Amino acid sequence: MESNILNIEQDYLRFRKIIRGHIKRDLKKYISNGELIGKKGKDFVSIPVPHIELPDFRFGRRSGQGVGQGEGEPGTPLSPGDVEGENGKAGNAPGHHILEVDIEKEELARILGEELELPRIKPKGKNKIEVEKDRYSGISTVGPDSLRRFKRTYKEALKRQISSGEYDSQNPKIVPIHKDKRYLSWKVKKRPESNAVVIYMMDVSGSMGDEQKNIVRIESYWIDLWIKFNYPGVVTRYIIHDAVAQEVDQETFFHTRESGGTVISSAYKLCDKIIDEEYSEALWNIYVFHFSDGDNWSGGDNNLCVQILKTNILPKVNLFGYGQVENTSGIGRFISELENNIVDVDNFVASNIKNKEAIYQSIKDFLGKGK
Amino acid sequence: MVVKHKGPPGRGLGHLKISRDQIRDLALKEGLDFFDVIFESLNDEEMNMVAAHGGFPNRYPHWTFGMEYQRLKKSYEYGLHRIYEMVINNDPCYAYLLKSNNDVDQKMVMAHVYGHCDFFKNNIAFRETNRKMLDVMANHATRVRQFQDKFGVGVVEDFIDICKSIEDLIDPHGVFIDRQVKPNSSLMNPEEEEYQVVKKIPAKEYMNGYVNPKEVVLQKQKQLDAEREKQKQIKKRQHFPENPQKDVLLFLIEHAPLEDWQKEILCMVREEAYYFAPQAETKIMNEGWATYWHQKLMMRLLTGAEIVDFADHHAGTIAAGPGQINPYRLGWQLWKDIEDRWNKGMFGSEYEDCDDYEERKNWDKKLGLGKEKIFQVRQVCNDITFIDEFFTEEFCRENRYYTYEYNKDKGYYMIVDRDWRVTKRALLSRLTNFGHPFIFIEDGNFRNSGILLLKHRYEGIDLRQDYAQDTLVNLFKIWSRPVLLQTMIGGKELVLSFNGDKHIIFKA
Repeated sequence: MESNILNIEQDYLRFRKIIRGHIKRDLKKYISNGELIGKKGKDFVSIPVPHIELPDFRFGRRSGQGVGQGEGEPGTPLSPGDVEGENGKAGNAPGHHILEVDIEKEELARILGEELELPRIKPKGKNKIEVEKDRYSGISTVGPDSLRRFKRTYKEALKRQISSGEYDSQNPKIVPIHKDKRYLSWKVKKRPESNAVVIYMMDVSGSMGDEQKNIVRIESYWIDLWIKFNYPGVVTRYIIHDAVAQEVDQETFFHTRESGGTVISSAYKLCDKIIDEEYSEALWNIYVFHFSDGDNWSGGDNNLCVQILKTNILPKVNLFGYGQVENTSGIGRFISELENNIVDVDNFVASNIKNKEAIYQSIKDFLGKGK
Repeated sequence: MVVKHKGPPGRGLGHLKISRDQIRDLALKEGLDFFDVIFESLNDEEMNMVAAHGGFPNRYPHWTFGMEYQRLKKSYEYGLHRIYEMVINNDPCYAYLLKSNNDVDQKMVMAHVYGHCDFFKNNIAFRETNRKMLDVMANHATRVRQFQDKFGVGVVEDFIDICKSIEDLIDPHGVFIDRQVKPNSSLMNPEEEEYQVVKKIPAKEYMNGYVNPKEVVLQKQKQLDAEREKQKQIKKRQHFPENPQKDVLLFLIEHAPLEDWQKEILCMVREEAYYFAPQAETKIMNEGWATYWHQKLMMRLLTGAEIVDFADHHAGTIAAGPGQINPYRLGWQLWKDIEDRWNKGMFGSEYEDCDDYEERKNWDKKLGLGKEKIFQVRQVCNDITFIDEFFTEEFCRENRYYTYEYNKDKGYYMIVDRDWRVTKRALLSRLTNFGHPFIFIEDGNFRNSGILLLKHRYEGIDLRQDYAQDTLVNLFKIWSRPVLLQTMIGGKELVLSFNGDKHIIFKA
């Protein structure tokens, strides 16, 4: 078997090289980011497995029909993970969360860097910032019972009883009193740290469909990955907006569909507020990305947005990226508003994302600046 | 002292040899008939590797195997699958067992393997299969390496990519059909068509010269002759190949301007495709058969202590997922149903015509023909005929099969029908031509200019156009003249074409 294992290792290395685009670049268009859906406890997890499909004569859209077995009457929904070949494509059947597994993220990020020819983002000298961090490594005489150290307490009581002559080796009864008690406590440690926060904003007004949101999801995933690669411990915040903005968790961010109008400035205001209150630009590398279809409610609001960006947000952040996703009704005007009014600012990037294929270029636009 | 917990030590077949002999004897006694089986135990790493090679220890070098290996490896690491066993259809049969299986698993798996081997040996789909494939695969590996040394790794690999992109274009049933046209058939000699003579207007002999003037007759005859010659030419041109040919690979091997080494590689890819096709064609039957037998044999062999482990594993094998068909389960259920029906005499016109529910349910003529029937079926059916014949209304109802569909409005898959006819049709359509479109060589000399015309026999589902066009590019690389594919797209008869430079789509 020995020599044969070697064979497959060679095949495997060859495959990796193709995936990384080192050889056979013409196969690149057939690379898909497949995933396996696994289960970790209750959660579904997605394990990325890049895949190359050589072209062949095959059917296009299948009728979407299949055969299954089990209970249920016509009309009963099946969960997406169950359907063959569906690979847990995010449907809106209830009750299934799919999380990405942290595997080889470092490697993915490196590949991303190689592929997109991104420069490593250089921490802007902020890595000398000392951060106080609590570590539970000390012992104290006061504390909550939940942190009481039994052995230490026992030893103290033993010591006290021996020294006071209470201890009787024939009948060793150790009874701790209040001052014997010892508790785990923290020590304050200073260590250098560089922090980064990424704030994602997304337009969830009626015009943003599933397709558009999917693009946002993919793109923000990769951006997230890249930033996490450069700053371990990155914090992410999510804002959604239609006519009003609100902060939400990640889950909601990707799965909300609102209706109603679009007032982009509402999000920018909220974003600015979050930065001011929690992320001082002296301590944080701040990245802000906003995705929308660019269909803002009024020209007046466009102007307001430009103003907020120029005076409030841009001076504080490392990078502000605006990605405009094209919707079915054509293209919004917001991107040109920004591009025309914000010139000569090197931490602002606007990118037009026509379709899934354009994500690649867009990530390059956003991160290529090495900010 | 700290003792670190270790897993059970690795072991070969060792003490299981006794069980193996027991199982083999029992299987033979039950009437199973197989080639010798050589068991070998592998660790999970080796198992994934062999699996990535399609069950063989040695294949020609190609990155696709590496890709499959990576997928299996990751999937195994996350506990998504576990390959208990693998069998190579070869004489002798080789069977690989996973080292970390516990003893009950190993026994069950061995029983399972004997089921597969019996099926391989006796099912008609494998009648033409090369039973020395292990050697053949190893030889292919050696040849490809030689070519790589001579022409370069990249060059050879690129060509294999092309071959793999068209490897489905074979005719698995062709090996059973004598496609050679009989020497005395009219197709063989199209020239021998009846010679046409100008029809004269009937007239008395003395009037003939006036009613049918000589010049006119001659001229008409000339026209007829010319027409005949033209038809002959057209026919000649249209009949290359004489009939539409499904074995596209063979046609290319015989007629495409390839280098010798390229021809040899194409032959290898084709040979391997033909080897694997019957397995794909009998997946449900074969897995069902092996499952049926492992259950049957194990029930005789198990000790009380083993029964729970066995039941657990067996249940895992036949587990039903809501949105998919488990071939082990479907096949196993069908075999049991057939056996039961033939034991009770639930077949034939008397039974078919009976429409009393109670009577049908309790039907039992005590014929005891079940065993005989399943052995006969395992010999003559493939998945399509198997389902077509034995997937009955009762079977579908009792085993709760249904059809599901994607609901666009709601955005999820849902059950749409429990009617057995609909479900059966859905099953059969998935199995037809292995789920691949039917592609034929229509003309190897289209418009008398060496253009290759392929035709897609349309059956309701469009081809994926971008992939089809890229495949034409690959075909062009082999044929080195323009390549055309006639198909239907969006309800229109269209021809996709690639001329080495660009893609053109035109109306058929």
